[in-house]
Amino acid sequence: MKQEIIMAGFGGQGVMSIGRLLAYAGMKESKEVSWMPSYGPEMRGGTANCTVIVSDEKIPAPVSSHPDTAIVMNLPSQDKFAPKVKKDGHLLVNSSLIEKEVERDDINIIKIPANTIADELGNTRVANMVMLGAYIAAVDIVSLDTVKDSLTNVLPERRHNLIPMNEEALDRGYNLV
Amino acid sequence: MSEKKLMKGNEVVGEAAIRAGCRYFFGYPITPQNDIPAYMSRRLPEVDGVFLQAESEVAASNMVYGAAGAGARVLTSSSSPGISLKAEGISYIAGAELPAVIVNIMRSGPGLGGIQPSQADYFQATKGMAHGDFRLLVLAPSTVQELADLTYLAFDLADKYRNPVMVLGDGMLGQMMEPVEFKEMRDLDELPKKEWATDGAKGREKNVINSLGLVAENLEKHNLKLKAKYDQMREEEVRYDDYKMDDAELAIVAYGTTARIATSAIDRARKEGYKVGLIRPITLFPYPENRIAEAADQVDEFLAVEMSTGQMVEDVKLAVNGKKPVEFYGRTGGVVPSTDEIYDKIVAMRGDK
Amino acid sequence: MEKIAGYPESLDNQSTHYCPGCTHGIIHRLIAEVIDELEIREETIGIAPVGCAVLCYEYFDVDMHEASHGRAPAVATGVKRVHPDKTVFTYQGDGDLASIGTAEIVHAANRGENITTIFINNAIYGMTGGQMAPTTLEGQKTTTSPYGRNIKDSGNPIKMTEMLAVLDGPAYIARVSVHNPKEIRKAKKAIKKAFRMQLEGKGFALVEVLSTCPTNWGISPTDGLKWLEEMMLPQYPLDVFKDIEEVE
Repeated sequence: MKQEIIMAGFGGQGVMSIGRLLAYAGMKESKEVSWMPSYGPEMRGGTANCTVIVSDEKIPAPVSSHPDTAIVMNLPSQDKFAPKVKKDGHLLVNSSLIEKEVERDDINIIKIPANTIADELGNTRVANMVMLGAYIAAVDIVSLDTVKDSLTNVLPERRHNLIPMNEEALDRGYNLV
Repeated sequence: MSEKKLMKGNEVVGEAAIRAGCRYFFGYPITPQNDIPAYMSRRLPEVDGVFLQAESEVAASNMVYGAAGAGARVLTSSSSPGISLKAEGISYIAGAELPAVIVNIMRSGPGLGGIQPSQADYFQATKGMAHGDFRLLVLAPSTVQELADLTYLAFDLADKYRNPVMVLGDGMLGQMMEPVEFKEMRDLDELPKKEWATDGAKGREKNVINSLGLVAENLEKHNLKLKAKYDQMREEEVRYDDYKMDDAELAIVAYGTTARIATSAIDRARKEGYKVGLIRPITLFPYPENRIAEAADQVDEFLAVEMSTGQMVEDVKLAVNGKKPVEFYGRTGGVVPSTDEIYDKIVAMRGDK
Repeated sequence: MEKIAGYPESLDNQSTHYCPGCTHGIIHRLIAEVIDELEIREETIGIAPVGCAVLCYEYFDVDMHEASHGRAPAVATGVKRVHPDKTVFTYQGDGDLASIGTAEIVHAANRGENITTIFINNAIYGMTGGQMAPTTLEGQKTTTSPYGRNIKDSGNPIKMTEMLAVLDGPAYIARVSVHNPKEIRKAKKAIKKAFRMQLEGKGFALVEVLSTCPTNWGISPTDGLKWLEEMMLPQYPLDVFKDIEEVE
């Protein structure tokens, strides 16, 4: 099995972090993984995205023209990546911030009110984890437990006090799907 | 080997260098390689090493020149425009026969260019780094693991040949994360002894590190000695990787991250019945010209794929020597060729055959 | 019998390529005597410049590293960082230090790099055949200022030593001359201090030495010494511009 996922959003929405978390979890489960960020001016306030590939086999191209899944946290990201998702692939939409409908009926569109849920948990910044939780539920590529286990590896030490909240956010997203 | 870590290519360069016994880093900030100096500034003090942010790329390469002459394993890294500035020091290092490792995480050019991935410094790295009759040994990793392994190897090769070695990656390789396992930490006491180094003429004749040669006949002798080293590299250091070449009718030649994208295109083309394979040069100098010449007897045609308007393709043509057609596909300016584009090119070349 | 004069051990006993009346040889000897007196010949690495002193690696009998033009302080930094317990000095002319190598000398000084720089100022490019240097005096004729240095077009003679002295990094900055025996003795004292301060880990020390170039000035050796005294001293006054030991 091989999954190519693009995660995209505003800088600061934490798409790079959930990408790293997913890649780390894949590595923990002895899969081949790669994480490729966009870099440059978009890091400073514009849109950011990363491509994560998790596979049972060696990964050739670390970039993807037609991802199996796109996780979009804001409208510019949806506009950019929704058309690229592979037929029968998944599009996970942060419906808290995106109202616009995607005109495609050949992909599985999952709407998650990620910011609303994150706010309920007390911190808007875990919206990214809600989205990742939903993705893990939709696509069985790594286990939710492994993702949770990887939080300590991926989050900087000064944020380790937020691990319980991140776990809860992952659960909330997971249980939605 | 240690446990696997998920690390960014740039940071992997730093760790692999330290494992190889490098304790000195001189550099200057430039995107997209900034994680290398940042990593070294954090990590080198932990191993009693020295990190120094120089006033310029020119100064950094000359600090490398000094440290290499003093007998140390030393690293500098930069990205394309910065490498142009380092060229002066690199020429002196080559002339004075000093070991040093230079990492170029390429961005697009010419001039200030952009910061997105590129392979447009191929000519510079393999043929035209700076003034004078010299070569760098050039290593071109395609994965983060290979970046670690080749950076580690670069220090041994630099010492073996007393010659600067360049690790040539691109912005993608520097920025991406992949799992990596590092080789063991070198025991500094077991590194090659450097009797020629400037460390004080205690109980011996003085040592002189020098690239000046005012007597033409003597300098020619020196140049021929350098050439003999490059010839030895051609004999002993050629590295490449074949992928699905056994029955290939079309051979793609690509290096670095571009080779990985080409591999995806080959997988797709194979599913459609196209007999396509890949020759991936790992050393760009010495170039695997014999392997390509040999393939010219097997395949119908070649396709060089690069993130440039066509640089390595000239070496492919030299090796093929007119036996078979050589075509080129490239994207440049920071645009990365897609699997689709390379696939389409394969179909265009093989579709009616 | 006690030997009271002789050839310094740190200087190779050979004739140099320097022109008649050039004071490079005197300055070489002063440095070699200082190295001998401090007993650091086997612990010293010298960095040779590009310019007339390009071949000084032939003359000093210590480990030597020949740098590219202007980069001697950067090369010295690399050597010193690898061997912090050894003595490292650069020997640089005015084209090398005050023109092409300004960035390197300013930043080595500003870092307080624990090295010693001997800066030879003879107001001209010697090795390349008498071109205008950054230190060339106003009105001075050279092959690239045939009508005399014109301040409006070429700027003013640069006072590197004064410039460097305002930095916080350096420990000792002085200008000396070698146009008569008295000044030669003072020059040696300054050079010795600059080396001693490195040995004591006090940081960056630079001694500018005013030097002659009769060949490219187009005058006789004796007139060269006079020209230095009369023309250069007013522009480049002899003084200690910074000395952290004075403050202590």
